[in-house]
Amino acid sequence: MTSHFLLMLLFSFFVALVFAVIMKDQPREQVRFGAMVFGGFILSALVLGWLMYPFPF
Amino acid sequence: MRADAAERVESGGLVLLALSAWLVPGSGHLWLGRRVKGLIFLVALTTMFTTGLALNGRLFPFQASEPLVFLAAVADLAMGLPYFLAWALKIGEGQVAAVSYEYANAFLIVAGLLNMLVVLDVYDTAVGRK
Repeated sequence: MTSHFLLMLLFSFFVALVFAVIMKDQPREQVRFGAMVFGGFILSALVLGWLMYPFPF
Repeated sequence: MRADAAERVESGGLVLLALSAWLVPGSGHLWLGRRVKGLIFLVALTTMFTTGLALNGRLFPFQASEPLVFLAAVADLAMGLPYFLAWALKIGEGQVAAVSYEYANAFLIVAGLLNMLVVLDVYDTAVGRK
């Protein structure tokens, strides 16, 4: 697998999953928290990616 | 649930519990009877680690002259038994030229760091803080 985006999705999924299970005890809270962490990862990566777009290196 | 966990820890010992949680990700939670959590940690962390190896990641050496490499080695080691298995089988040599090399290292290092958090979570659970 060489797609950086897919690798980022996979990485974010696992990290969000582990964080959610560590931080919360109730399944509903875990899903909510995990989704927030996952979304935060993706959003911040996309925003940072676009911010760095103009740089030549 | 907390009383159950405390009783199990007294018989086994906190050190043994933490050691087990480090060596096999999720085993500490399984020991305390938190099966779902334990299985999730076992599957997620082991998959992250093997994905890192499959993507040509490197298990960093303990090189005191390179502080960041040394810290990465500590993080790799935090994965426990899978680390020793990979080291014994010489799987984590790493290929710097591979496209996925940097991502692979992120997978390997973060899997170990997350396992450290899981060990701390087991400890907190065992002593009744959670």
